[in-house]
This record gives sequence, C-alpha cells and structure tokens, in this order.
Amino acid sequence: MSKKSGFLYSSIGKKIIMGLTGLFLIAFLLVHCFVNSLIFLNDGGLTFNVGAAFMATNWLIRFGEIVLFAGLILHIVQALVLTLDNKKARPIGYDQVNGAANSKWYSRSMGLLGTLLLIFLIIHLAHFWLKSRFTGLPGEDANGNENLYKVMQTTFTQMWVVILYCLSMISLAYHLMHGFQSAFQTLGLNHKKYTPLIKKIGLILSILIPFIFALMPLAMHFGLIL
Amino acid sequence: MSHGNMNLTLKVWKQKNKNEKGRFETYMAKGISPDMSFLEMFDVVNEQLINEGKEPIAFDHDCREGICGMCSMYINGRPHGPKEGITTCQLHMRSFKDGDTIVVEPWRSAAFPVIKDLAVDRSSFDRIMASGGFVSVNTGNAKDANNILIPKDDADDAFNAAACIGCGACVAACKNSSAMLFVSAKVSQLALLPQGKIEAKARVLNMVKQMDEEGFGNCTNTGACEAECPKGISLENIARMNREYLSASLT
Repeated sequence: MSKKSGFLYSSIGKKIIMGLTGLFLIAFLLVHCFVNSLIFLNDGGLTFNVGAAFMATNWLIRFGEIVLFAGLILHIVQALVLTLDNKKARPIGYDQVNGAANSKWYSRSMGLLGTLLLIFLIIHLAHFWLKSRFTGLPGEDANGNENLYKVMQTTFTQMWVVILYCLSMISLAYHLMHGFQSAFQTLGLNHKKYTPLIKKIGLILSILIPFIFALMPLAMHFGLIL
Repeated sequence: MSHGNMNLTLKVWKQKNKNEKGRFETYMAKGISPDMSFLEMFDVVNEQLINEGKEPIAFDHDCREGICGMCSMYINGRPHGPKEGITTCQLHMRSFKDGDTIVVEPWRSAAFPVIKDLAVDRSSFDRIMASGGFVSVNTGNAKDANNILIPKDDADDAFNAAACIGCGACVAACKNSSAMLFVSAKVSQLALLPQGKIEAKARVLNMVKQMDEEGFGNCTNTGACEAECPKGISLENIARMNREYLSASLT
C-alpha cells in the first residue's frame, strides 16, 4: 500500500493530535471565559476593557494568539482528514443503524457539532476579534482604554445574535462533553482511580463554560448589566 | 404450528461475491419456535429454500456456543442483534415478536469484504495478528511452572483481554469501522505479561501499522465497540494501546 507511515500518519498519531489540540483549545476557552466574566462586575466595562487591552497588546498573548489559530486550524484539518478516512473505511453503509443502543448521540456527532461551532466562530470573530485587531473600535472608555465593552453592548442588542450565541453554546457544551474525556482516553490516560474524576471534571467544565458564555449576551440584551 | 410459534419477515442482504453489488431480499420465516437460536431460524429458512430449489442464504457459523466468533450478522441495526454480551448463535427467537420484520446485514467495512451474502472475509484480523500478535519462544528445556511471577491483577487483565474471540463486532458497531478494540485487546493480553513485554514496542508499532494498512477507520471513543462486544472487552485496552504506541513512537 502507498500509505505514508510514521507516527503523524498513523491513526493513533492523528487522534493524539486531535486530543492535544482539543485540550489546548479548552485551555484557551477557560482563559477567554475568565477574562470575559469581568463584565459581570457591572462597572460599565471599565475592568473588562483593561483585560481586553492587555490581551490585545501583551506580546506573549499576541504570540499565543498565533499558536491558538495554528492549533485551531490543525484541529479542523485533522478532523477533516479523519472524517474522510472513516468514510472510506465503510464504503457501503448499513440500512439500519441503532446507534442509540451503544453510544451517546453527541459522541457520534462531533463533526456536526464542530461544524456548527466553526460557523459560529467565523461570525464571532467578525463581531469582535476583527474589530478589535484590525478595523478599530468606536472610541475609548473613561480610563482611556479601547471600548470593546461598548461593541459587546451594541452587538447584543440584536435578538438574532443572542439566540445564535446561546444555541452555539449548546453545541459547545455537547462537543466538550465528549471531547474532554475523549482526549484523555486518546492520550492513554485511562485509570480506574482517575477516569471517573476526569469524566466528572469534563462534565462540569462542559456545562459551566458554555453556561457562563451564554449568560453574557443574555445579561447584556436584557439589561441586567449596563 | 405449535403454540407460541412465530411468523417473521426477513430482509436479508444478498450479494453473490466481493465484486458484485448486493441488494436486500425478503424472505418469510414461518412457524419459528421462540426457543430456536437465530442461526437455527436461518437453518429452517435455508432448508425451505433448498426444498423449493432456491439458493440458500450464506452465513458464517461454527461452534454455535459463543466461543468461535464466526457468526457475524448485523441484526436490526446492531451487531449480534438486540442483546448485550452475546454472539448471534446465543441470540434466541424469544427476543422477537410474531409478525416482526428483521433486517439482517453483513459486517460492513472496507477491511471486511463480503464473500457472499452475510459471510465476510475477516482475514485482515489474521494479518494484524501475524504482524505482531505473538511471543517469540526460543526452544530449550521446559522451565518450571510459575518460574516467572505475575501479579494477579496483571494476569486477570491479560486474561480478560485474551477473551476476545476476534468476531469483528467492534468494527461492525463502530461508526468509523475502527478495529481499535480488537487490536488493543491483542496488544494488551501480551503487553501485560512478562513474556510479552520483551517484544512490546515492536509489536504495538507493527500491529497498528498493519491495522491502518488494512483500511480500518479511526477511533473516536464513542464506546460503541465496548457496548456491543460479546466478550466485554474494556475500553481500557484502547487507552493502554494508545499509551504503548505513544511511548514506543517517542523512544
């Protein structure tokens, strides 16, 4: 056969890359979630804008941003490669499949959930990242920091945006519910003592992170924070 | 027809050979006793077909007591049908109701080409075994029994992994046609024991390489294989193989 050999071309190697990039992206989500939660201080976004300015100017963070995009692209490309591999592995499908009998629907739908997240991500980047990094923000706050908070408030006045963000966070929750514990299994970290703990932490993170994220557009849209 | 016997409709995959395109064919199974095994039901249908001068349905079977792993039917969307921890020969007709329509398909995987109807060629598993699923034994005087001490936990884990009968239900159940549960069971049963540790590194590299070359898919940890395995092979074996493969690749 003409298949390329070696770790990176092996099925396990490809899965390990998926797992590592996945965990890296989760680490990013934690930081993102923490910094954005500063809006809940309800101080007109003053503290949040300090955090946003730091994230936008610190050279270590800016370098990290390049690594983050590289990780994200690797995760997406690898997912495509794996999906095509898997399609090839079963050229003629079953007439009847009772998947619910042996596995969770979201563990079988990672590709679909991931695609939804990618569509969301493109819209999300256009909403905030593009403006903050390239097209510029509409003025400064009382402390003289760029006012990203104002952009959030304007964006979340639109109902469809709030709905899109909330639905996307449901996709994220299910994607993480399978992804977090799956990454540990792929890395070979399965142990009778620790796997139940990993699964519990995974479940908590997969619900907590999207929940806090979803609260942001909701709180702003309904005027709970000003 | 005695009391409790059933009449069933079978939708069975018919395919002449590896290269021909297959199709579903419908058969009536009449007067089926609930005490029959699923394979015995097929025997009855086939006898009827032969008497009518028609071609019987080809299917794999051998021991008919759940240890050989030959019977490979995908029944109503699940390998080995609607029960857990059994092979098709251990599935009984009492799991179905009178008037049911049962869809029977072969294992579907590029690495398991159809030989005929429901019988598939699983020699890809044999080639994976030949690539590393063994220990090299240098001949000489026989050693004393229990010469090498083995922790009970390791012996148990190795034994549980060795319970794999190579039926291929893991591949059939997996949405990606991945053979990871099978290969990891075979890697584990040897890697856990001192006799197997010596060749562990080359073994895992070679067996995974062969697995990939045979055209099996990639594991996405859905756990369907473990749920459908007639021998209850654990996902822990897959994690162990991933570990072994990672460390063998890095060193």
